[in-house]
Amino acid sequence: MAEFKKPKSLADVPLHYCPGCPHGIIHRLVAEVMDELGIEGKAIGVAPVGCAVMAYDYFTCDMIEAAHGRAPAVATGIKRCRPDNIVFTYQGDGDLASIGMAETVHSAARNENITVIFVNNAIYGMTGGQMAPTSLPGQVTQTSPYGRDVKHCGWPIKVCEMLSTLEGPEYITRVAVNNVKNVNNAKKAIKKAFQNQIDGKGFSLVEVVSACPTNWGMTPQKALEWVESDMLPYYPIGVYKDRTAAKEAE
Amino acid sequence: MAERVLMKGNEAIAEAAIRAGCRHYFGYPITPQTEIAAYMAKKMPKIGGVFLQAESEIASINMVYGAAATGMRVMTSSSSPGISLKAEGLSYIAGSDVPALVVNVQRGGPGLGGIQPSQSDYFQATKGGGHGDYRMIVLAPASVQEMASLTIKGFNLADKYLMTSMILADGTIGQMMEPISFEDAEIEVYEKPWALTGTNCERKHNVVNSLYLKPDELEIKNLERYKRYELVEQNEAMWEEYMMEDAEYCVVAFGIASRVAKNAVAAARKEGIKVGLIRPITLWPFPVKPLAAAADKVKAFISVELNMGQMIEDVRLATQCKKPVSLCSRCGGMIPSPDEVLEAIRKAQKGAF
Repeated sequence: MAEFKKPKSLADVPLHYCPGCPHGIIHRLVAEVMDELGIEGKAIGVAPVGCAVMAYDYFTCDMIEAAHGRAPAVATGIKRCRPDNIVFTYQGDGDLASIGMAETVHSAARNENITVIFVNNAIYGMTGGQMAPTSLPGQVTQTSPYGRDVKHCGWPIKVCEMLSTLEGPEYITRVAVNNVKNVNNAKKAIKKAFQNQIDGKGFSLVEVVSACPTNWGMTPQKALEWVESDMLPYYPIGVYKDRTAAKEAE
Repeated sequence: MAERVLMKGNEAIAEAAIRAGCRHYFGYPITPQTEIAAYMAKKMPKIGGVFLQAESEIASINMVYGAAATGMRVMTSSSSPGISLKAEGLSYIAGSDVPALVVNVQRGGPGLGGIQPSQSDYFQATKGGGHGDYRMIVLAPASVQEMASLTIKGFNLADKYLMTSMILADGTIGQMMEPISFEDAEIEVYEKPWALTGTNCERKHNVVNSLYLKPDELEIKNLERYKRYELVEQNEAMWEEYMMEDAEYCVVAFGIASRVAKNAVAAARKEGIKVGLIRPITLWPFPVKPLAAAADKVKAFISVELNMGQMIEDVRLATQCKKPVSLCSRCGGMIPSPDEVLEAIRKAQKGAF
């Protein structure tokens, strides 16, 4: 039986995340993938502004902290200077789908050869639970205390669906980490997203549907159930674009 | 004799940057600096460099931030409204202590303003623009030759002090053509052990970052940075003095305004007015020394600017208000004529402010 060990790519420090927060799982998946692909020494990670802001302390590869939403632009600058390094961003929904939407769309359109890990938990966690671009209709948050009213503030954005309409990107997929099966599939998707970069295929984004027990006001267990019952029907798991697979199928 | 080529100011910046070892340019179109991007778009692919047109000024400065963090010489260029958008990135670059070169070919403001030459971003360049305590080295070329030489100097200084060098030019110098030479260009090379290169599993990871949640740590970071800024103030102020030996009046002007002012000074001398010119070449650090010395000699200062009076505040500070300082300025894209400056000199001589 395999021994359960901490991945080399993950620093041996306590994470600051709330109890029950899946960021720890997602960090671990990214680190395991870096170990398995042997890219820890080549990787350069871009941390976001949001709950994962201190990701630069958690990954053992070279790291940079970007301004809110600008991670794909920062990653572009790095990758264009050092095309042989493996460059990834790790971003939340406010960062990637609200303030950084332009950077997201255009780096995808350019098929920038980077890997984007997009954690969607439908809320701004770090600032204490405000409505996110991905908050569900009716979802109660600090800034939608009567539930998200789509007539007043519009509809949540389906990032994978939107990006998959672009010619540019190589790989756009949505996974979840609410149960073991989904976690295993999430890892496969993350690995593919990094492998694509190694193979020079281009922009690969993995949306990870996650949970925020603290700001959703739920127990961790209940939050995972809510992912299944409310999040995933609106944000279905699946591969939205895979250029290489599509070509092979032709 | 050095080989001389006829170039536009904006093209001189681009060519000088390439000669300084810059192989990465990220920008977004805006008048009146487009020749820089056009030059880079043509040249970079042929020399193994990267020209990338970003989706916005915000994206382009953040690409610069990422590129700078890898240790490469990198630049962006824009004009006034675009620099406002880049202010966020300028603050992050400052807070992360990475070197970059940013060009502002100024146009009239505020808002969308106009597209004619201006110097109304003096405050933005020298006093901040982005949030937080930080400085940029601000270089103010007054000729196409200086567009080139200060660009190279700017890259050297940025690497030396781990900060942004800004070329604060204006639409006139950007657009005009003059013969220049690149032969004296000295390229300095600095070690960058902090750069993001990948650890190669051989060293502890490098982190480029401006976040310090513990206030005492953040204070220490700021204090360290300001120690470095002190060295810049001590060592890097540059200026030109013209007819100051026996001057009783002192015109202070930079960039294109200094060209006009020089003509006016020469004309005033013909009228027997003992007037000279101090031209700051670095706006930060501001050349306090020659101005403080002049304050003990001359009777009055005249600040000539293409704005509503911005540098005049630094002139008053540098001279500790020992002598009156008058303002001769046009704004909105207008440039004062030598006669207007001459009239301001005559007024100063008469003690009429």
